Amino acid sequence: MLVLLIAVPLACAAAAFAVPWNRVRPWLLPVAGTAHFALMVRALSNPPAPEYGGWLLLDQLGRLLLGLTSLLYLLCSVYAVGYLRFRDERPNRLFCTALLVFPAMMTLVIESHHLGLMWVAIEATTLSSAPLLYFNRTPRSLEATWKYLLVGSVGIAIALFGSFFLAYSALHAGLGTSLLFDDLIREAPQLSKPWLHAAFVLLFCGYGTKMGLAPMHTWKPDAYGEAPGVVGALLAGGLTNCAFLAVLRFYQICNSAGEGAFAREILVLMGLFSMAVAAVFMIRQRDYKRMLAYSSVEQMGILILGIGLGGPAVFGSLFHMINNGLMKGVTFLAAGNVHRAYGSKRTEDVSGTLWRLPFTGWMFLLGLFAITGSPPFAPFLSEMTILSGAVQGGRYVIAGLFLSFLLVIFLGMAATILALVQGRPSARVEGTKFRDGFLTGAPILVFALLVLLLGVHVPAGLEKALREAAAFVERGPQ
Amino acid sequence: MGNALDPLLVAVLLINFFSLGASRLRAVINGAAVQGIVLGGMVLLVHEQLSLRPMLVAGAAILLKGFVIPAMLMRAMRAAAIRREVEPLVGFIPSLLLGAAATGLSLVFAKTLPLAEQHRGLLLIPASLSTVLTGFLVLTTRRKAIMQVVGYLILENGIFILGLSLLEAMPFLVEIGVLLDLFVCVFVLGIMIHHISREFSSLDTGHLTALKE
Repeated sequence: MLVLLIAVPLACAAAAFAVPWNRVRPWLLPVAGTAHFALMVRALSNPPAPEYGGWLLLDQLGRLLLGLTSLLYLLCSVYAVGYLRFRDERPNRLFCTALLVFPAMMTLVIESHHLGLMWVAIEATTLSSAPLLYFNRTPRSLEATWKYLLVGSVGIAIALFGSFFLAYSALHAGLGTSLLFDDLIREAPQLSKPWLHAAFVLLFCGYGTKMGLAPMHTWKPDAYGEAPGVVGALLAGGLTNCAFLAVLRFYQICNSAGEGAFAREILVLMGLFSMAVAAVFMIRQRDYKRMLAYSSVEQMGILILGIGLGGPAVFGSLFHMINNGLMKGVTFLAAGNVHRAYGSKRTEDVSGTLWRLPFTGWMFLLGLFAITGSPPFAPFLSEMTILSGAVQGGRYVIAGLFLSFLLVIFLGMAATILALVQGRPSARVEGTKFRDGFLTGAPILVFALLVLLLGVHVPAGLEKALREAAAFVERGPQ
Repeated sequence: MGNALDPLLVAVLLINFFSLGASRLRAVINGAAVQGIVLGGMVLLVHEQLSLRPMLVAGAAILLKGFVIPAMLMRAMRAAAIRREVEPLVGFIPSLLLGAAATGLSLVFAKTLPLAEQHRGLLLIPASLSTVLTGFLVLTTRRKAIMQVVGYLILENGIFILGLSLLEAMPFLVEIGVLLDLFVCVFVLGIMIHHISREFSSLDTGHLTALKE
């Protein structure tokens, strides 16, 4: 069962590589997406047993993230068909193959319960997403891919270094050598503390680079700016969450070792710093895709800030992870449509989106309010939960900073997006034939409806899953 | 095993300094290759009795780090017609001083980490930290793409040194480290067949600055 979730997209990837027709090949994406979604629903409704001696396992956190990733991928795969139809002049064999290997590797990250296997899976996501960034074959996209690989590979190397430190702390304590997360958490109180501290810092830096936390975020604006919108949605809504999962796993180990306070300090500090950096770069941002990348830096900051604050904020943070994934679907896919229609991602070239692409324009506008945490959308709820977590903990300075960063970011994003959607299309910019279509529109609508629905009513099943996952993250020394 | 390891670790540290001070690409690539071979040799020294698995790790390390990757780098260097690092962001003498400071800090930091019985009195931990920092320094302060890849290679070697202490207990974790070499191969392939040399007319990543704030 768990293996199938990985094997099905991989099999489709092999098929995509073999299919010779450029027009037919993209249809394999929704096929894989649907199959993955069906398997996911089955796995969530009756939890599968661990496989390969516990190396593959679906725990509380994994269930949450698997559901989100599978849904995100299904909708993105439908959009990708419409996108690739419009970009028919370009060979898409490598793109489709990589776009099918990528979700398989994300699933592997979510399911892997072994320190080494998870590292391998994260490395595989990096390698399989690189061809996606280079789809346009322009010098700028080459530059973005080069930076993505270089910064990402250093992050992954540092994460391996941290994994060695963690392993050594077990070795020094004379513990077992299984390196399964469950065993590490159980034996955590005995781990050698100096090694554990160093390991957490290194692992946080390494996987934080994959999350795109400041100051290790430098690959993000370039990668999201140059990649097709659908790839941006999958990276910002899927891959960064997988890296967040990795950070959570090591936070759990630290917490079980009784060193939670040490880890939380780091998480709060780096979370606020990411929000600050994002706020600075979001003001007067002239490139709307880069603006979305900084927004992603901000969202990642919010996620780890929530974990660092502890208590109710952990629930808020995990809820925000779901919302963030869904919102990325709205904003990146809408931005992709605007980019297709105008052939430019500079704000001075694009105006009157509501007139030229009415549907996409409205969705983009709605995405702006959702992503900045306005009611009645779901991010409002999750951000308020994190805020109340800060206030309840008596951390008023952090709550104040959090609110002021949110405000600055709202102003920065609103200025950019409002300029895009209002007015009339400039006569200077010719634009392309691209118009709103079903395949490139319906997925955005579904994402937007979900963000709205979750803001009005959180289903009991989801709330229960979130509570269980939050309790699982916070589980202290046993 | 300890007595033979330390002189080799000192050799690794010396190669670090050599890489920080040299400007000729060929020399730095050769230095990294020798470092890789020394590391592979150390795998055999760490194990008391030799079985097939450590022999394979040693063989793979020596083959990849000592021969395959350096040969690829040499080819990439010829393809791009670049011989030396001309204007590093941080000059060679300051790099050496920074490298010395990094090594000193590594020794101090390593003192705070308690060691397992079998590693007492060895230079493994400070050598590993210092080599990682050296690799990071080369990676971040050099402009030529090939030089940056060599920096990454050195960083990887540093991680491998720490891996030596885990090799007996957790071989799987150390073995997957070989996958880092995949990145190196991708970079070198990128330089060779992709268009970094073609479209930027030199392998100076300083040209890769269209995407700036």
